[in-house]
Amino acid sequence: MTEPVQNGDNQQRSQGAAASDLAQSDLAIELIGINKRFGAVHANKDIDLKVRRGSVHGIVGENGAGKSTLMSILYGFYTADSGEIRVNGTPHAITDSRHALALGIGMVHQHFMLVDNFSILENVVLGAEDSALLGPSLDRAKKELTRLAKEYRLDVNPDAIIEDVSVGTQQRVEILKALYRGADVLILDEPTGVLTPAEADDLFRVLRTLRDQGKTIILITHKLREIMAITDYVSVMRQGAMVDTLKTSDTNPEQLAELMVGRRVLLRVEKTAAKPGDTFLSVENLVVKDDLGVTRVKDVSFTVRAGEIVGIAGVAGNGQSELLESVSGMRDQTSGIVRLKGTPLSLEGDDGAHRARKAGLAHVPEDRQRMGLITAFEEWENAMLGYEDDPAYGKGIILDIPSAQAQARERIKKFDIRPANERLKTANFSGGNQQKIVLAREMERNPDVLIVGQPTRGVDIGAIEFIHNQIIKMRDAGKAILVVSVELDEIRSLADRILVMFDGHIVGEADPATATEGELGLMMAGGTDRKAPQARVAAEGETP
Amino acid sequence: MDLGLILSTLDATLRLSTPLLLACLAGLYSERAGVFDIGLEGKMLAAAFAAAAVAAVTANVWLGLLAGLAVSITTAGLQGAAAITLRGNQLIAGVAINMLAAGLTTFLGIQWFGQGGRTPQLPVTGRFQNIDLPFANELAGVPILGQIYSELISGHNILVYVAFLAVPITWWVLYRTRFGLRLRAVGENPKAVDTAGISVIKLRYQAVLITGLLCGLAGAFFSIAQGSGFGNNMTAGKGFIALAALIFAKWKPVPAMFTCLLFGFLDALQIRLQGAEIFGIGVPVQAIQALPYLLTVILLAGFIGKAVGPKAGGVAYTKER
Repeated sequence: MTEPVQNGDNQQRSQGAAASDLAQSDLAIELIGINKRFGAVHANKDIDLKVRRGSVHGIVGENGAGKSTLMSILYGFYTADSGEIRVNGTPHAITDSRHALALGIGMVHQHFMLVDNFSILENVVLGAEDSALLGPSLDRAKKELTRLAKEYRLDVNPDAIIEDVSVGTQQRVEILKALYRGADVLILDEPTGVLTPAEADDLFRVLRTLRDQGKTIILITHKLREIMAITDYVSVMRQGAMVDTLKTSDTNPEQLAELMVGRRVLLRVEKTAAKPGDTFLSVENLVVKDDLGVTRVKDVSFTVRAGEIVGIAGVAGNGQSELLESVSGMRDQTSGIVRLKGTPLSLEGDDGAHRARKAGLAHVPEDRQRMGLITAFEEWENAMLGYEDDPAYGKGIILDIPSAQAQARERIKKFDIRPANERLKTANFSGGNQQKIVLAREMERNPDVLIVGQPTRGVDIGAIEFIHNQIIKMRDAGKAILVVSVELDEIRSLADRILVMFDGHIVGEADPATATEGELGLMMAGGTDRKAPQARVAAEGETP
Repeated sequence: MDLGLILSTLDATLRLSTPLLLACLAGLYSERAGVFDIGLEGKMLAAAFAAAAVAAVTANVWLGLLAGLAVSITTAGLQGAAAITLRGNQLIAGVAINMLAAGLTTFLGIQWFGQGGRTPQLPVTGRFQNIDLPFANELAGVPILGQIYSELISGHNILVYVAFLAVPITWWVLYRTRFGLRLRAVGENPKAVDTAGISVIKLRYQAVLITGLLCGLAGAFFSIAQGSGFGNNMTAGKGFIALAALIFAKWKPVPAMFTCLLFGFLDALQIRLQGAEIFGIGVPVQAIQALPYLLTVILLAGFIGKAVGPKAGGVAYTKER
């Protein structure tokens, strides 16, 4: 254990406690002095980590902190440049995944390693067959799955085809795969990124059961809420180094965030009260169908005024995506009117989005990689994507490339986009920086209305703070802002007024200052809300 | 149509389907493993030439077959090296093989035998002879069933039987063995195979070499079983029809057999229809000859539905650092 550092006595105490509790025989995994370099990047610097048997051990850190590299070393994907791995007290040089599996270390990858058109049974057996003939292996696996299902409450239908089952079930199959191979230590890499809240809860239940049965769980995540909810211990990594290991019960999200980023981080946005002005965006009786012809937005009406942020909360898949796509002109509406400063917008057809932007409605789409960026382009090309015909970027059919690149450089500075290189391929930027590229592009057009979908999905804590502040700055400049997010915390801290969407309807409105998480959760689950009218009065009461 | 005519048309169907079926199954192994192969044609052609050349010189059909297999497997290995190890474009690797085979067989044929690219006429011992199955003659007199047995099923060369036996064997390998499970997996999600601790590269090479083996059989069928010597471009695009059949059959062995039989039947019909008259007007031979290809286009475009191939097909696998 390293000397406790700067961060106050609370941490000192917990560090001491975590260390003294650990006897050698209690450890499932011990990493000592692990170093790994990729070219010039020192991805893991002298890492020490002790993981106690039968515990859930979280590893947090921002993207690029070295969490995944460290776990890949443990799982045998990479070989460490130096350092020692001890499994159950015995040193091992783990050379490949097969070796790791033989030592009882299994991994559930962030992107599932499943064959889509295989049955669950075939996926479990693949690579762990008993003999050249498949029959006996499949029979044994079927029995084993039944046993595992009973022991860990991991029920699946072994004959179901992977592409037909939910993401949550697919993850279950990954866990079953590891258990079938005899894993005692289970590494999960960002397991909840693709799960709905209900599926995530179910995963945590399974993980608790596994822990109670004596398995060791290592959970890599950047979501502090999960760390607090499920882990027994938590190790924090920053820029390739292990910063600290704490007992979860002795710490709190603020402290962990500070350790992750290396400075104080505001988990709750600081902002002044909104001063709403004229109505800039008004949506009236909007009805939108999805690609399959199913009505996803059902007669939705709301307004967003200048100088306020309206947040739409809701569980993913309740029509928010279609609402966003429709208002921004990407998807035709079945009926209804969208007005910008009182003028109806013409959003129909393939160039609806273009006309919306021209009219002063900017849109940061919720899936930046699919809709907001062309990741194969260089940064400066994405920085003007959709606005190439603007006179600022050239005359007629000729692009003024030096000017476009100069403008991109300016924005890189202004939005602190890293690395500060406009000639770099966009795919090589982190999620947070990609999001900043899109935000910079849309905000710098100085639109009257800004619509942001999932502003901080897959974005690091440090960048989240920056993005939130930019959005608030824009509000304070008198713009109307509509934010849609499935992260309730984000909506609550960012929005001046919350609308809750359920099954295509706006089912309620709430004031973030007074509404509790429970009330909002109830509305998001479709429960009716009697408080809505009061909340609206309260929200409007703030206006001068 | 009397039974004799039907049987002789079906008999021709079996013969004409055989090289298609072998090539189709060849493509199935490779493509199921995620390696697209439009070089089936080239491998067949090379094998046909090698088999005929060796059989002509040695007057031994088995040595001819071995030579055909060796050349085809070597070519497949070469293509595999380009597509798997060097991660080149799989389509271009296939095209290269086709062009190489077309040019080299003609060139070597002229150089070695001086007969305009043809190999000399093979002696009897240099060709696969038709096999009369047991009791074929005795049963020939029994109406219908006996006739079918003696005329349709009996009396083909060994490669015909090998081709049709290869169908259940391929099915069994694909769906009932560990190798088959891994083969199917590597064409869909090589990463899943890699993380399971299995070598993607090795699996794909194994698949490609099996493709070479089956293409070798198909090629040998042309020159030392059905024909008696090699002629320029004697595979006549059958490798591409086999590829179409593979897509039509959605990369499954049993449907592949039926598809190849259908294409073979169209070909047999075409031969039978040459010189036929409709309303007293002679139909040009070319129009009849185009029939199977025309129907192929129509079938592929209209009746196949959505044919989704192996997901990882055409993409070389790159292991992460």
